[in-house]
Amino acid sequence: MSEAVEVKTLIIDDREVSGRRGQTILEVARENDIQIPTLCHLDGLSEVGACRLCLVEIKGNSKLLPACVATISEGMEVSTHTERLQKHRRTILELLFAERNHICSVCVANGNCELQALGQSQGLTHVRLPYRNPDLHVDASHERFTVDHNRCILCTRCVRVCAEIEGAHVWDVMGRGINSLVITDLNDPWGDSSCTRCGKCVQVCPTGALFDKSKVGTEHPKHPDFLPYLNMMREAQ
Amino acid sequence: MNIEELEQIAESVRAENARFDHEINICMGTGCLSQHSNLVKDALTEQVAAQGKSAMVRRTGCMGLCAAGPLVLVDPEETLYQHVHPHNAAAVIASLGNEPVKELQCNLRDHFDQQVHIVLENSGHIDPERIDDYIAHDGYRALVKALTEMTPNDVIQQIVESGLRGRGGGGYPTGLKWGTVAKAGGDLKYVICNGDEGDPGAFMDRSVLESDPQRVLEGMAIAAYAVGASKGFVYVRAEYPLAVARLSACLRDARRRGLLGNNICNTPFNFEVEIRLGAGAFVCGEETALIASIEGRRGTPKPRPPYPAVSGLWGKPTLINNVETFANIAPILRNGGKWFAGIGSERSKGTKVFALTGKIKNTGLVEVPMGIKLREIIEVIGGGVPDGHTFKAVQTGGPSGGCIPAEMLDIGVSYDALLTIGSIMGSGGMIVMDDTSCMVNVARFFIEFCMTESCGKCIPCRAGTAQMYTLLTRICEGTATMDDLSLLEDLCSTVKEASLCGLGQTAPNPVLSTLKYFRNEYMEHIEHKRCPAGVCNMKAHVEALA
Repeated sequence: MSEAVEVKTLIIDDREVSGRRGQTILEVARENDIQIPTLCHLDGLSEVGACRLCLVEIKGNSKLLPACVATISEGMEVSTHTERLQKHRRTILELLFAERNHICSVCVANGNCELQALGQSQGLTHVRLPYRNPDLHVDASHERFTVDHNRCILCTRCVRVCAEIEGAHVWDVMGRGINSLVITDLNDPWGDSSCTRCGKCVQVCPTGALFDKSKVGTEHPKHPDFLPYLNMMREAQ
Repeated sequence: MNIEELEQIAESVRAENARFDHEINICMGTGCLSQHSNLVKDALTEQVAAQGKSAMVRRTGCMGLCAAGPLVLVDPEETLYQHVHPHNAAAVIASLGNEPVKELQCNLRDHFDQQVHIVLENSGHIDPERIDDYIAHDGYRALVKALTEMTPNDVIQQIVESGLRGRGGGGYPTGLKWGTVAKAGGDLKYVICNGDEGDPGAFMDRSVLESDPQRVLEGMAIAAYAVGASKGFVYVRAEYPLAVARLSACLRDARRRGLLGNNICNTPFNFEVEIRLGAGAFVCGEETALIASIEGRRGTPKPRPPYPAVSGLWGKPTLINNVETFANIAPILRNGGKWFAGIGSERSKGTKVFALTGKIKNTGLVEVPMGIKLREIIEVIGGGVPDGHTFKAVQTGGPSGGCIPAEMLDIGVSYDALLTIGSIMGSGGMIVMDDTSCMVNVARFFIEFCMTESCGKCIPCRAGTAQMYTLLTRICEGTATMDDLSLLEDLCSTVKEASLCGLGQTAPNPVLSTLKYFRNEYMEHIEHKRCPAGVCNMKAHVEALA
């Protein structure tokens, strides 16, 4: 006998919806075709709640909560696209664009970039903030892949996919604050690291920070959607 | 160990002390030690022997008045000497039983009379590395009482009744937190003492750990009994070597006396404590980051819920309290929750230790009842601003707090009152600024601190603080425009509302509060390229014109 499923009903953007106990606001919203922008979230990986784009307003709570980790509760009233939230989302995108060197016209991910797509969908027409233009290196020591830190947004999808799905934990983060950097092993060149060359990190990278050397321009669509399937097959085993 | 045995130990300590006519206490906290109070102690010991006086020389913890160190307190006369040097030892010892040495005497009645010591009651009176000294000052009675006469629920009830709120900054009701952890299921629970004090200008926790470490340990043991934990961690900064050394000694002594370990006081209660050193990251004072650090991972915060009370260290229910919170526990149990609730203001009970620093005469540690006016702390206890300067602002709560201007000094100090004027209680740092401080520059200093201490996990804090720093630098250099100011205000709101943890959520406070109370200084910088306090260098602006 399977356990009885506890159903919760709630309101998202003035629509009555329902979900199972323990589901996140994001899951329920997406099941009901309510789009909440996300960047660090990826179906099949653990949640870190770091990009803050999926913040939503909950009635009666002065704090904004990340929809990817906040679970639903009975009678909850969620707003996903208020003016306040949209303002923060645009500022966050501006912060991301100004943090490193995101120059779409010379990026392999141009046209296939989640950051670029978010900028467009959120109506970001220009960046008011001063560009920081940091001097970051490109590591092309790997025989198949390249990491260009100038395009990294520190979403840590690569770190998580490598540790959680591939089980290799080659990627991690070093440094702190504005000087954080994703690294392979103990900051060794990618080519000399214990990388298994599976390429999952490249597929989940939302920007052109991790890319396949054999691809250029619009030929580099990424396919991060294999993870839930992979997880499902593993559980079935 | 039972009450009779504690009484026996206390009696023997008292008998030993009674053999001497005088007790000479020397502060051996970090502040006074940096002024060579250890040499003063050696010289005093030597002189006692040489002059054949009946006096005992004792090292103690902090006496509070750090600016006047090294401090020496002679009991039972209660004569306090300041700036004592080894060459003064002969005179001090010779004066025993006669008139005190006038030129060394510290007469700051106002400074001490306004204070109420609960957390610091033993500081400066006991040897922090002698557990028997602590026992002679009613130490461990609360633990024995809790274990032998009270149920865990009774203990929590007393804490709830006391109205004690977390002293680490958040001000969350301690009793409620304990109750939540006690109700959480599972056999294995943890108690963590947060001693990762990182605010610039704050040294309350260090002082408590250096002066009276047993009291913190007793508080932890009582908490463990109340919530059903058997293992504790003290997370303390590696930058506090003396606190760590004294804490280690105190753990060893408590084990020897059977106050830590298995079957404490012949009850089924077991409790063991380990020390974990922080590696210097400010963000590790945030509880989820602290837990990650103890687990051996990168010290980055996690979104809450789940709260540590439900899923904390290694996924187990975990109680985290600040050093000062734990130091309040033993007196509450000894005197009852009602006694504690009788001190302080309506919604903030008891006392609070503040570290008074900056442009103030009596730099040091003070403990005052909640609800006391800020003016009283600064002007009476702190002795006001020195050298004929005028008071401009006081910064409470460290980099997460705000700057409070002179016209707000008459508010009573409490969690809620400080919040309403755009600051926070924080852990208890209090930095006083006078007319020589530029408020824009002060805001820039605190944002720079938050920028370098951001863990880098979430974007608003990681890049937001860096952008705010750039904009504030422009203002300080005279190259900013009004657009930069409105951009700065926009960033403040996003960093405050969208950041993941408390560090980012409170980082804009110094900017917001200075913008609120000292906007004219910002305008002077931007419109007239002039720093009213004469602090900022406008060279960049001048060069741009040329």
